[in-house]
Amino acid sequence: MSMDRRKFLKVAGISSILGFGASVASATHPTWQPALRPDQMDRNKEALTAKRWAMVVDMTRFKTEEDFTKTINACHTIHNVPDFRKPDGTVDKKFEIKWIWNTTYEKAFPGMEERKYQSEHIKDMPFMVLCNHCTNPACVRVCPTKATYKLATGITMQDMHRCIGCRFCMAACPYGARSFNWIDPRRAANLDPAKGGKVNKEYPTRTKGVVEKCTFCTERLAVGKMPACVEAAPKGALIFGDLDDPSSEIRQIVSNKLTIRRKPELGTGPAIYYLIGGGDHA
Amino acid sequence: MKIYNKGPVFLGIVIFLALALFPFYNNFGKANKKLDIKTDTPAILEYEKVNGKKECVEPKAYMRGEHMVLINNWRDAVVRDDNRGYLSSTGKRWNMSLQNGCMQCHSNKKKFCDECHNYMAVKPFCWDCHIQPVEKEETQS
Amino acid sequence: MLEKALEGSKKYWAWVGFLGIFALIGTYWYIRQFNEGLGLTGLHRDVSWGLYIGQFTFLVGVAASAVMLVIPYYLHDFKKFGKIVILGEFLAISAVTMCILFIFVDMGQPMRIMNVLLHPTPGSVMFWDSVVLSGYLFINALVGWVTLGSDRKGVPPPKWIKPWIYLSIPWAISIHTVTAFLYSGIPGRHFWLTAVMAARFLASAFAGGPALLIILALIVRKVSKFDAGKDVIQAVSRIVAYAMFANVFLLGLEFFTAFYSGIPGHQHPFVYLYKGLDGHAEIVPLMWTSTIFAVLSLVMLWVPSIRRKEGLLSIACVMLFISLWIDKGFGLIIGGFVPNPFEEVNPYWPTLPEAMITLGVWAIGFMVLTFLYKIAITVREQTAGVEIDH
Repeated sequence: MSMDRRKFLKVAGISSILGFGASVASATHPTWQPALRPDQMDRNKEALTAKRWAMVVDMTRFKTEEDFTKTINACHTIHNVPDFRKPDGTVDKKFEIKWIWNTTYEKAFPGMEERKYQSEHIKDMPFMVLCNHCTNPACVRVCPTKATYKLATGITMQDMHRCIGCRFCMAACPYGARSFNWIDPRRAANLDPAKGGKVNKEYPTRTKGVVEKCTFCTERLAVGKMPACVEAAPKGALIFGDLDDPSSEIRQIVSNKLTIRRKPELGTGPAIYYLIGGGDHA
Repeated sequence: MKIYNKGPVFLGIVIFLALALFPFYNNFGKANKKLDIKTDTPAILEYEKVNGKKECVEPKAYMRGEHMVLINNWRDAVVRDDNRGYLSSTGKRWNMSLQNGCMQCHSNKKKFCDECHNYMAVKPFCWDCHIQPVEKEETQS
Repeated sequence: MLEKALEGSKKYWAWVGFLGIFALIGTYWYIRQFNEGLGLTGLHRDVSWGLYIGQFTFLVGVAASAVMLVIPYYLHDFKKFGKIVILGEFLAISAVTMCILFIFVDMGQPMRIMNVLLHPTPGSVMFWDSVVLSGYLFINALVGWVTLGSDRKGVPPPKWIKPWIYLSIPWAISIHTVTAFLYSGIPGRHFWLTAVMAARFLASAFAGGPALLIILALIVRKVSKFDAGKDVIQAVSRIVAYAMFANVFLLGLEFFTAFYSGIPGHQHPFVYLYKGLDGHAEIVPLMWTSTIFAVLSLVMLWVPSIRRKEGLLSIACVMLFISLWIDKGFGLIIGGFVPNPFEEVNPYWPTLPEAMITLGVWAIGFMVLTFLYKIAITVREQTAGVEIDH
């Protein structure tokens, strides 16, 4: 076989490009792994399961500022959510990460009505917000790597191992539920032992460059515990349960009481219901 | 045979050889360092006392060669399938977790994970997120 | 042919060196961003895309615009475009290169980029965008290289290249349509949720890309013996004028829908961009610069006596390019994110490192363009006067 110089250079060039591509691919993924066989896996007996996990938020049960902070802190401490602060102690909006937080009625339900005649008291009523674990989530639809996906229990889950940090999901989410790790979260004072921080050793932190959000505490449900926020909130303020089960408390409330959801008109099917007027449900 | 451009050609060969052989020169004598992997943590010794033997989730030879595959499979099962119990070939059930599983026994990351990973020059990024056990600082090197 | 990029005058190397300095500065800042994270940029939780994704979107348009030369030349047998079509194809290559680089520098975990191929997700528009962009890069590299190679030898291009040329036409339209779908298919972002997004993208692309090409062709004529031809430049400028008119028209439609419908959520992004909202008016001067430049350049391109003077034509093209760059490379992204889903205004402004990385990518893109144009020009200078029918 004879080959002129030009042809040789072409072949050599193309094969080295392909070789480079292959080596990049193999460097990021050293081996291709088959998944575990079904007979190698066994779900926890104590796990709480559901066909459709959902939550009712009864804002009338949150009475004091402390009721909110206790609920939020329970989640953020357990999940090692970084708390970036400016030198003056206020939240550093630039790096802010949050899974559950409170905002006002006006902001949680924007554009719902003309608010001229609403009192400031109503407009500024605090509302607890978190990921809506939508039935038809836009974030899952747009993710180019299936790093965010639906679990069989209705939870919208995030695989922080697979996320490439393109932030398409953040653009797609109509609820602002997603946060990005702009810098290494361990640099936050609450996670950095050098700054007096303390991590929960039973849960990971995240790395820089990935998106995170509320997971409905899959790790706690798996060992038979309720989500951290539900446990920490005032009694009956957050009702968590299986919406698919007709006898469940949450189903009773959603069937019989007046509840609203954030932006249901977008067709995302949010699973967080806000109970209007409270009542004697629990 | 006449060689054109002798100077640059030989210079090129010398540079190529120097680059190609540098890794051998650089690591000469180092590769023979004996690995000192320890499996004598309190948790493992306790397990040995109770069960009469040391054992990992799978036989030692498999763990040595394939633990990364196993860990990746565990990761996918837990995160993507919400399935946390692993039934091993030894007939036992294990909790699939790095922080709350593996590292509960192997609390000596430096003498267990790092010893071999450094030797093999691999840098897994597990610890960017997962929290490693607290270890006493080594006094001797 | 590659060797032709390696020989050139002092001026040529000074220009390459000038670009090289910016490429190096950009690389330095990118390495820092790689190590420290995207916290180096001005982005935050509420405006999670910014300059990088804006540049990407804008440059997809520049890349797609090559089709405005390919269609007249290959489909309508408009022979005069024979010389300039290669400039369009090579511009497309460098624009797609920049697009890929801008996506890359925007990623939080660039080392995991292969996940897009390892876990292909046909439901994600971004997956398709990566498919069409890499395909477009391949097609243009192939067509440009093969046709130029044949020119050099003084023979007509091989027959098998024709299907690839025809394929490049729908493909060019696809890259910008799919890129528009990134935005126009997601709920909850009023500014982006519009059916005319893809049409507007194409219109602005077919104005901005050829406008850049006119500027480039005029520069090429200055620095070499390669002349695309006066009437060719006039023909391209008419394309620019029509496309720009369509673009301004489509933007007007957006305003009508937002303000006549009276839906507040739909109006807020426009108010923020053009008037300021909640005491924030950071973007307003830029948006009005874009508007004024758009109108001025359109008038200049529309009036034949102005358009025919190449000096004024180039000014019009520069203004048009800047106008579209602001509109698409900046305003489009910010308008989608401000106000945020809670109707709060949290503004965004790029940081210095972010600007340097952006400049660096542009420098690399222009370096690729310089090398490719150098090759094309040298080949054309050698075969000057001989026209090969494609």
